[in-house]
Amino acid sequence: MAQLQITVNGVAYQHEVEPRLLLAQYLRDVLGLTGTNIGCDTSQCGACTVLLDGVAVKSCTVLALQANGSQVTTIEALKTNGNYHPLQQAFWDNHGLQCGFCTSGMILTAVDLLKRNPNPTEEEIRRGIEGNICRCTGYQNIVKAIQAAAAQMR
Amino acid sequence: MATQIIGSTVKRREDPRLITGNGTYTDNMTLPRMAYLTILRSPHAHARIKKIDASKARAMPGVLAVYTGNDLKNGGVNPIPVGWVLPDIKIGPHYPLALDTARYTGDGIAAVVAIDRFTAQDALDLIDVDYEPLPVVVNAEKATQPGAPQLHPEAANNIAFYWKIGGGDVERALAEADGVIKQRLINQRLIPNAIEPRAALADYQPATGQLTLYNTNQNPHIIRLLLALVLGQPEHKLRIASPDVGGGFGSKIYLYADEVIACFASKQLGRPVKWTEERTENYKATIHGRDHVSDVQIAYKKDGTITGLKVKTYANQGAYLSVFAPLVPTFLYGPMLQGPYTIPNVFVEVYGTNTNTTPVDAYRGAGRPEATYLLERMVDLVALELKMDPADVRRKNIIPPFLNGVYQTCMAYAYDSGDYAGNLERALTNAGYVELRKQQAEARKQGKVVGIGISTYTEITGAAPAQVAASLGAAAALVESALVRVFPLGKVQVMTGSHAHGQGHETTFAQIVADQLGLEVEDVEVVHGDTDRIPYGAGTYGSRSQAVGGAAIYVATQRVIEKGKKLAAHMLEAAEADLVFEDGKYSVKGVPSKAVKFTDVALEAYWPRKVPADVELGLEATAVFNPSNFTFPDGTHVAMVEVDPDTGKVTITKYVCVDDVGKVINPMIVEGQIHGGIVQGVGQALWEGAVYDDNGQLLSGSMMDYALPIASYFPKFETSRNETPSPVNPLGAKGAGEAGTVASTAAVANAVMDALKPFGVKHIDMPLTSEKVWRAMNGKL
Repeated sequence: MAQLQITVNGVAYQHEVEPRLLLAQYLRDVLGLTGTNIGCDTSQCGACTVLLDGVAVKSCTVLALQANGSQVTTIEALKTNGNYHPLQQAFWDNHGLQCGFCTSGMILTAVDLLKRNPNPTEEEIRRGIEGNICRCTGYQNIVKAIQAAAAQMR
Repeated sequence: MATQIIGSTVKRREDPRLITGNGTYTDNMTLPRMAYLTILRSPHAHARIKKIDASKARAMPGVLAVYTGNDLKNGGVNPIPVGWVLPDIKIGPHYPLALDTARYTGDGIAAVVAIDRFTAQDALDLIDVDYEPLPVVVNAEKATQPGAPQLHPEAANNIAFYWKIGGGDVERALAEADGVIKQRLINQRLIPNAIEPRAALADYQPATGQLTLYNTNQNPHIIRLLLALVLGQPEHKLRIASPDVGGGFGSKIYLYADEVIACFASKQLGRPVKWTEERTENYKATIHGRDHVSDVQIAYKKDGTITGLKVKTYANQGAYLSVFAPLVPTFLYGPMLQGPYTIPNVFVEVYGTNTNTTPVDAYRGAGRPEATYLLERMVDLVALELKMDPADVRRKNIIPPFLNGVYQTCMAYAYDSGDYAGNLERALTNAGYVELRKQQAEARKQGKVVGIGISTYTEITGAAPAQVAASLGAAAALVESALVRVFPLGKVQVMTGSHAHGQGHETTFAQIVADQLGLEVEDVEVVHGDTDRIPYGAGTYGSRSQAVGGAAIYVATQRVIEKGKKLAAHMLEAAEADLVFEDGKYSVKGVPSKAVKFTDVALEAYWPRKVPADVELGLEATAVFNPSNFTFPDGTHVAMVEVDPDTGKVTITKYVCVDDVGKVINPMIVEGQIHGGIVQGVGQALWEGAVYDDNGQLLSGSMMDYALPIASYFPKFETSRNETPSPVNPLGAKGAGEAGTVASTAAVANAVMDALKPFGVKHIDMPLTSEKVWRAMNGKL
């Protein structure tokens, strides 16, 4: 067991964790933040994407201890003061989700994408979400949602 | 007051919880004293289990139990039944854990239950199993040949079933044709890949004998039925709850071994037991789809008229027959081989064979993508042979419009309604087909490799007319139920047997009810997925939810309106026959001012002031909808591709489709279904494929090795619809969940073959990966 100090969604935590505990498992099993989903174990699907010090990472490929001293943002923190994040709103408005399992990761990837590129072309969006697999939507409405959110956020 | 809610885009009511990370997926749930289950799976595709020594695992701190196949069998656990029993079917028993023989690499050998996830995982390594490897067969055709390894003594030559169907006289058609094309077509094995892996949480209460199973499932009542049979747990003390489910695509229809083991363990240990699948485990232990090898002969006349189709298919069933497996390559495939055409003579025979591979069952489209791909490839081969435009061959053969009647095919089915020819023309017009051909000719002059593909389809949905299904082998009625319950203040709960795992029923079903009752969508709550809360229902698969489940809701709502009318008559002091119900009000015909609101009637139903004692109070109704026929969505998809001559990489440059899924409840949701369906079908055409080596090891065993479609692979799809209401249900719905997948595989495959025409390539099998396409272009196949 090893000592982990981490700030998740603005709250500081300290836990004794197994060295092999993944960040995704820590968020889900220890903190009960089950909005971060685990879809593949091999860093392909991106369902587990969270923001680690502001950068989108796949939390199933990060050991909890690697995030020691870091700030983590999960989907649960995106809605603030009762208002949806523009990406959450845009996913809802544009039917950017069906089963919802990839949605947390998809939205957080898009948060990172729009931070780096506030005015992306359709192709840049499609390339930007390559690391996130959605099996339901065919991506078209996800792209549309990200375009709508980008316009809103600019 | 909201009117005409049916047919309008309404934003989804399930989204607020899903965009905020508040979905209740099974693996999100925890219960006090919850233990964890892991399963040791065979490393061999075929082996005799000589000895299992679990003593070290049992002695490990934190391990609560280790079970073997014999422990389960001795504990009263029965094999998992097959739910579609064809005549003369040969069923090798499928025990949740193998007894003495492992038959594929997903076969469970032993199960560990421990106090935490890591301990349960570690303990698997301490189980010693002495295997004697046996010869392996993975190919459905080779499995039937003399000398092939035998999987089950029950199924000689590994043939679990032989099935055939036909209409007309195909031999005569072949003999009298101007030409016959023979082609072998392989429809490769696919892995469904719902992004949520499967999970099960079993909670047995020893004091009451009540067992609850939370699981990732598309049809909780079917699971309850099967689990009652397998476990011997009485069905009235068995609750199945499938809360938010992260995609199904067919893979979550069945009762799986893992869920049975979790329930058994919970009963044995008297505490909750959770099992969560890892993705690599999912690739082995969750069903696969497709996997057909077909020899096809198509007979045609010089003018392009197709006169006959003869097909022999080997359908790989995997190591055991999964619950609905025998249905897929038979009734969902064979009779659909006439497709949208007037082909008068068709014969198909199918060998369903066991191999040392993961069981195969219904995966999005289930039988119809296989039929459509086969037929549409053959139509294009006829066009190639006759040097005709593929669009013209389709025009020559397509069924004329039958808007107010049925079209009897030469085999079992009578199509419900449709304008197949009109949709073909619409799609060609929308795509600018004539212009695209000009562009193609121009591009070819510039050395570009460009192709255009058409896929015209009809598929079968809306399962099922109960009596027909029973006569075809269904072991459970596939009708659908609904309970519409109005509360005193006029809010409504709808309990449905359908199950949503992405389809948006909480929105569309509420639309059906709100539209009828003159309420807002927000006034209607939809409850699904919990056998203790909903009436007996058959669940969601085969694009059946609107055509059967939605229809049941419609009928139940009409019954509520009729029931309310009796109360309203007393409230208005008018004869019931003189009342009309419109815009949420009962009024006296011709006297609109003499009216009472539906919500006031609801209050009267529970708190009577004017209704006499002999009138039944309460305001709710149930309905079980048993459709008179299946439904048959149809349409045409057109794809344009460009192939990189240096690498063979295929890029889709244009995609246009016209689909008729019947009457649409919510256009936004239907369009989303079409988008997703297209991508899954294109995945098969270009990238996806499960690959086994000769030893039965799954080489495409993770998402790193199995290529799933990603966003950058696609252009924007140009979709449109043509609504021909189905006459077999009051909504006129046909079904939208699978149409995109049924159509798109053939459209893109045909486009690639069209691109390769100048290279003299007539056909290559899917997936049309860069390497395969490059080899075909360079004569190095």
